[in-house]
Amino acid sequence: MALTLLRGMRTPVLFRMNAGLFFTTLHRPSLARFTTRAESAQATEPKATPQSIQMAIKEAAEQKMQGFEAVIGIETHVQLSTVTKAFCSCPYNYGSQPNSTICPTCMGHPGMLPVLNEKVVECAVKLGLALNCEISMTSKFDRKQYFYPDLPKGYQISQFDIPIAKKGYIDLDLPMEFGGGHRKFGITRVHMEEDAGKLLHSDSGSYSQVDLNRAGVPLLEIVSEPDMRTGIEAAEYGAELQRIVRYLGVSNGNMQEGSLRCDVNVSVRPVGQSEFGTKILLHKEGQADQIVQETRLWDESSQKTFTMRKKEGLADYRYFPEPDLPEVVLNNDYIDEIHKSMPELPEAKRRRYENMGLSMQDVLFLANDDNVARFFDSTLEHGSDAKLAANWIMGDIAAYLKNEKLTIDEIKLSPLELSELIASIKNGTISGKIGKEASPYFVLILVELIANGGTVKAVIEEKDLVQV
Amino acid sequence: MPPPLQAHRLLISHRRLPTPARRRFSAVSSVQSPPAKTLAPGPATSSILSIRGSLLSGERTAAEITAEYLSRLRRTEPSVRSFIHVADSDAVREAEELDRRIASEGKDALGPLAGVLVGVKDNLCTANMPSTGGSRILEGYRPAYDATAVRRLREAGAIVVGKTNLDEFGMGSTTEGSAFQVTTNPWDESRVPGGSSGGSASAVSARQCVVSLGSDTGGSVRQPASFCGVVGLKPTYGRVSRFGLMAYASSLDVVGCFGSSVFDTATILSVVAGHDKMDSTSSSQNVPDYASELVPLDSLESKPLNGLRIGIIQETLGEGVDSGVASSIKAATSHLEQLGSVVSLPSFSLGLPAYYILASSEASSNLSRYDGIRYGRQVSADDLSELYGESRANGLGHEVKMRILMGTYALSAGYYDAYYKRAQQVRTLVQESFEDALKRFDILVSPAAPSAAYKIGEKINDPLAMYAGDIMTVNVNLAGLPALVVPCGFVEGGPAGLPVGLQMIGSPFSEEIAVCV
Repeated sequence: MALTLLRGMRTPVLFRMNAGLFFTTLHRPSLARFTTRAESAQATEPKATPQSIQMAIKEAAEQKMQGFEAVIGIETHVQLSTVTKAFCSCPYNYGSQPNSTICPTCMGHPGMLPVLNEKVVECAVKLGLALNCEISMTSKFDRKQYFYPDLPKGYQISQFDIPIAKKGYIDLDLPMEFGGGHRKFGITRVHMEEDAGKLLHSDSGSYSQVDLNRAGVPLLEIVSEPDMRTGIEAAEYGAELQRIVRYLGVSNGNMQEGSLRCDVNVSVRPVGQSEFGTKILLHKEGQADQIVQETRLWDESSQKTFTMRKKEGLADYRYFPEPDLPEVVLNNDYIDEIHKSMPELPEAKRRRYENMGLSMQDVLFLANDDNVARFFDSTLEHGSDAKLAANWIMGDIAAYLKNEKLTIDEIKLSPLELSELIASIKNGTISGKIGKEASPYFVLILVELIANGGTVKAVIEEKDLVQV
Repeated sequence: MPPPLQAHRLLISHRRLPTPARRRFSAVSSVQSPPAKTLAPGPATSSILSIRGSLLSGERTAAEITAEYLSRLRRTEPSVRSFIHVADSDAVREAEELDRRIASEGKDALGPLAGVLVGVKDNLCTANMPSTGGSRILEGYRPAYDATAVRRLREAGAIVVGKTNLDEFGMGSTTEGSAFQVTTNPWDESRVPGGSSGGSASAVSARQCVVSLGSDTGGSVRQPASFCGVVGLKPTYGRVSRFGLMAYASSLDVVGCFGSSVFDTATILSVVAGHDKMDSTSSSQNVPDYASELVPLDSLESKPLNGLRIGIIQETLGEGVDSGVASSIKAATSHLEQLGSVVSLPSFSLGLPAYYILASSEASSNLSRYDGIRYGRQVSADDLSELYGESRANGLGHEVKMRILMGTYALSAGYYDAYYKRAQQVRTLVQESFEDALKRFDILVSPAAPSAAYKIGEKINDPLAMYAGDIMTVNVNLAGLPALVVPCGFVEGGPAGLPVGLQMIGSPFSEEIAVCV
């Protein structure tokens, strides 16, 4: 899962020449060469191949050998699944006919004014709380100005110096296949902004078309501290964010649809150095080579990055406070109410499962998918033992799902019946006359339940398996 | 008892207006009397009420009234040129429709503005008419919605007769900045009507329509009102919705109104004011019925203004102000029972540079959307930046380009603190000094402009001199306060003298006080 995310992320790579400000913003690419971020992040989430894992481990090892480490920070844009856009009442549905969910306001017609969708603030506070941030009681919107055909007003309404949330952190556990381990990465800020439209380029390259369906859709931008040191850490960070936004219900987190987009900033420094920045990277042939600040694109087919643009300076967006929107003022009651409405987050779940005595392998499998966790918790509620339930879910049920290409909420087996099955096995209702070869029968019952539903009792009777 | 002030002078100004058709109009003004509280028996105090009276009594039909205005419009337009677009057939049709409804429903068919012809400044969106903002880049553009202010007028029964001329996107003080035509001052056709709402002011002044809507960002309603001898009202920022007003400077723009009497202007304000969910900066403050507080002058007690504290702004009567203007103001204020005391506003002179920085900065951002890509005039080109560059170079006028460049500069990295941020801080000072003065006075008084109307072409090559003319008005926009301009006298010039307007500034949402004064 982590690796698929790693592949799915665009990785512009910036190598710094001097210590100083680490991050530079990713610039909108020139019209001629480029597809939008959403389109290039076309991870269809295939299973990770063993080759890539080996490569990643080799890379990390190589780096260590040369005495350098990567310093990675990630900027993530999460598209909110609100009913209407951020500043007007247009709906948004991924895949709609171009220019079918637009109005004069999101098109930037003369005389139109933005009106804030309050759900956006709610989602921002929820996410800020989930990322353990300080929520700003007053924040404001700013205009970020540049010209591009997919930006109707010639500016994007965003938040510049006073974001709605800042100074948080995210807890996660690295997958067992990469060595596991708990990590905590800092979150610099979370702010609200609006999305731009989409450009569709003709094959000949002689013209481009503008689709403004997406213009004005609310986004939350999450900026992490540059705390990650390996590709695995970066990938798991992305995966955890995806989990959190899905758990909270603020976004569907689908990278294929562009609901979740990550831009990765990487620099390299000698191990042990505390400042950021690079000095010299040894070339293969032993020649010293300068590292140049640049933006790189990830090419899905060749599985490599290549240079997109060299020597970017900092763009001047001429930020100033948005005069058409009042300040966003929150009070403690509002924040408390949102806090109360939040579901149990992945981190809390993982710790809870860990405390039940399950192994980390089990914990990660069960907690990291919202649907699986719900199924598991539900089974426990009906009285099952955690370890037994975990074994069934991770074993035979998972195998079935994989074969049939289903998800756990698509099968007909209900948590109640699973707990019934476990109970029946435990109290010996089934094993009896079957003796040592009981287990295939358990699986038989299970499969029957998964495929056709029904109750354990009914299946037992039908198959005539009651202990004599 | 002092001679009645406003009405008397208005009457004089009416008689002096050169167009002969005016004589005919005064005949209409002898009306049946609705309750004395709201109607002055004197002539021409309220065109809206006299129209209403005629319609109610059956003395005239809406079609007749409309025809009269339209014929006067056609006769005067060749010399005044107030309108970019005249919707005569629509107006006639709406008037006939109104007559039909009156015939079948009687009194109930009459909204508060029934049969009243309105001119709308062309930077306010009207769904059934082109809305150009006075710019080539929007030539032929038709909006999808009416601006809220326009919609509310229509819902009250008003008939929109056309779109009036303006300086492009509201930037200018003479209406010479329009991409289409130069409007002239009905008092002297060699002179400017003022700007940027010059067309709206001249249309009312020349009686081409009854009332009109304009916009005021730095004085664009008040200065033309003064130049054209009509009443102009700039409401408190947020009093009237900006939805549908093509934005120039979002934190300064307001929709304002013109009328030939305070009563009419106040009536329009009551109709268009109020919260609008489409404009997050519009205020939820209650809208009083502004006109209802107006009392006919004849029935006033001898000291109606007793207790009202009036302060004349010292900085507006000294150097740089035309002597004729200054004496008109002084004469006007001496009529008020309480001899106006003089009050000083310490940060007064800082307002003009701060205004131009803030307005240009916001304008440079608000006008970014005019790129020819989704609507408006596009110049085709070989690459993207050429497309932007050529479309905007071709479609936008000289003054607009200048202000966009200034604004972009002021907001750019490294300069934001020195210009924009600094200007905002000055703005706070200006606001505070008004607040201070308005604790001690109910109304502050000044001229609306340092001179009467100047000649067409006089300031066109001297933008700074043109900007300097805004000195009386910009501070009010910076502070977001309401201000009313009424004609108060004349100075030498032109065939019949040139009008001078008195500006009355109040605390936020105190329009009713200004109106009563």
